[in-house]
Amino acid sequence: MTTTISIPTVTGAPLATGVGARVRWAISDTLTVTKRNLIAITRIPEALFFATVQPIMFVLLFRYVFGGAIHPGHGINYVNYLMPGIFVQTVAFGAIQTSIGLAEDLQKGLIERFRALPMARSAVLAGRTTADLCRNVMVVIVMTGVGFLVGYRPTTGVLPYLAGIGLILLFAYALSWGFALIGLSAPNSETAQVMSFPLLFPLTFASSAFVPLAAMPSWLRGFATYQPVSVVVTACRSLMLGGPTSHWVFQAVAWTVGLLIVLPPLAVWRYRTRT
Amino acid sequence: MPYAIEVTDVKKTFSGKQEVRALDGVSFNVEEGTVFGLLGPNGSGKTTAVRILTTILKADSGSALVLGHDVAKQADLVRSLIGLAGQYAAVDENLTGRENLAMVGRLNHLPKSYVAGRAKELLDQFDLADSGNRALKTYSGGMRRRLDLAAALVARPTVLFLDEPTTGLDPQSRNDMWEVIESLVGEGTTVLLTTQYLEEADRLANTLSVLDHGRVIAEGTPAKLKSDLGATVLEVGLHDNDDVARTASLLNAIGPHHPNVNGRVVDVTVDKGPVDAMEALRSLDQAGITPTTFTLREPSLDDAFLALTGHRTEGGDGEDGSEAKGSGGTRDRAGQPESTPIPVGGNR
Repeated sequence: MTTTISIPTVTGAPLATGVGARVRWAISDTLTVTKRNLIAITRIPEALFFATVQPIMFVLLFRYVFGGAIHPGHGINYVNYLMPGIFVQTVAFGAIQTSIGLAEDLQKGLIERFRALPMARSAVLAGRTTADLCRNVMVVIVMTGVGFLVGYRPTTGVLPYLAGIGLILLFAYALSWGFALIGLSAPNSETAQVMSFPLLFPLTFASSAFVPLAAMPSWLRGFATYQPVSVVVTACRSLMLGGPTSHWVFQAVAWTVGLLIVLPPLAVWRYRTRT
Repeated sequence: MPYAIEVTDVKKTFSGKQEVRALDGVSFNVEEGTVFGLLGPNGSGKTTAVRILTTILKADSGSALVLGHDVAKQADLVRSLIGLAGQYAAVDENLTGRENLAMVGRLNHLPKSYVAGRAKELLDQFDLADSGNRALKTYSGGMRRRLDLAAALVARPTVLFLDEPTTGLDPQSRNDMWEVIESLVGEGTTVLLTTQYLEEADRLANTLSVLDHGRVIAEGTPAKLKSDLGATVLEVGLHDNDDVARTASLLNAIGPHHPNVNGRVVDVTVDKGPVDAMEALRSLDQAGITPTTFTLREPSLDDAFLALTGHRTEGGDGEDGSEAKGSGGTRDRAGQPESTPIPVGGNR
């Protein structure tokens, strides 16, 4: 504690007067909310279980049902082509949880309580997105295991693989802020979920995540090539399987950083103004 | 005595599909260390007033001060001094009681060691010590509400806001809650509570303002409101329709007030309760009329509300600015007098 903080002996919460104390408290508030959200995840094991089962179903579906009919070319077998796509699709779908979680907090009045507390205005959202980032770390670890079980064999070594995972997690974090914005704009959690799908489906399926872009009609190919999910998937593929890396990684990082510049301030603004 | 809360001409309109003027120039002051009640039906603007005072919502105009600090301009300072327990038990049901209290304590930037001790103290005080380590999902409505109140008290606020603290609770839990609130005031906390229960305002509040459609329509102590709004009411129920007119004229003769007739019930305001009642009984007896019911009723706050607004406290449709979440608790109106309700025609 520094001199800028005074803890009252009788009543009320301590007050921050300096910028340093404010920043420190914003971080501590974020960690407190993160912890709360992580505890909540462990208290609903069913949700965690099915959140894990769903992406595994996608792996099995595309690996064994659709995979035989899809030929990525360039001498890459389909399971290797598929897994980076599944990673990104999984974390993108997982971002719905951010919007549902916030919509629930709003609905249940928890956000009313948070807003009457002397905590940082950004902490409720930052705590939610950080908890979702932690969950995504778990998810990619599980998915890596599942991938290896169904024959996924990255070819470039450990470091590029980890770089790819890092890129996916960062992208997922940026997406979470966008879905936080949706959650804060929805009247309830059911609607938050429904509002998320029209955004997610084109992003994940009109992309190079599951099928080569060459198979798509030309009017769709333009969108599908340059939209962020495709860009991140392609960057991860090149990191994990080899190929021209820097161009796609640069684009993926640019997308992610761009989203992180735009979305968090928008979401915090929505949090402040939502009545 | 200095004011803990000063509200001056606050207005708030919600724009939407239809504009709702939630607060239409509301003013009131709350003295330090007292309980102030905001009484009104759903949609009268109570919750909006609390949300403005707790910095959640910004007023369109007017000023609102808590302990002398402007809630809009010094929001963080105000937040560090107040506690809010909401209508909808705003606690995280996946966390345990203790975890909830610890979270709120940490978000108030109190040291970890202090928060742990304070949480234990509050769980003991609110009779939740045994369930402190259970997830809130397993709590009853009353326990949840107590924990919600405990959460509002973690940082020992100087001013406490209770938005309908007992709405939806069973009578026993409501009584428990009232005792807890009374004990807080003993410790010097200033409390602003909103309620649609007249009995609750009567029991807890030192002073109150009655809100209707975003305006203060009456203010003062519960006793003053009652005495302003008249005296005791004598109510006579009859078996036979033919007796109604004769009874009305007999009751008209006992004092200066004119009786009201509602079906086969005749009521009249009386100035000298029991004396007038005896006279009424005598004249009914002489006329050969035997009433089915004969009630002498002290004016309740409900009568006061009826007289002030022309409608009872059950009106409204959640135009309070808060979404219509859970209105289940509004039906059991504790403030209703035991006697036969008088239809709106009984407006004095």
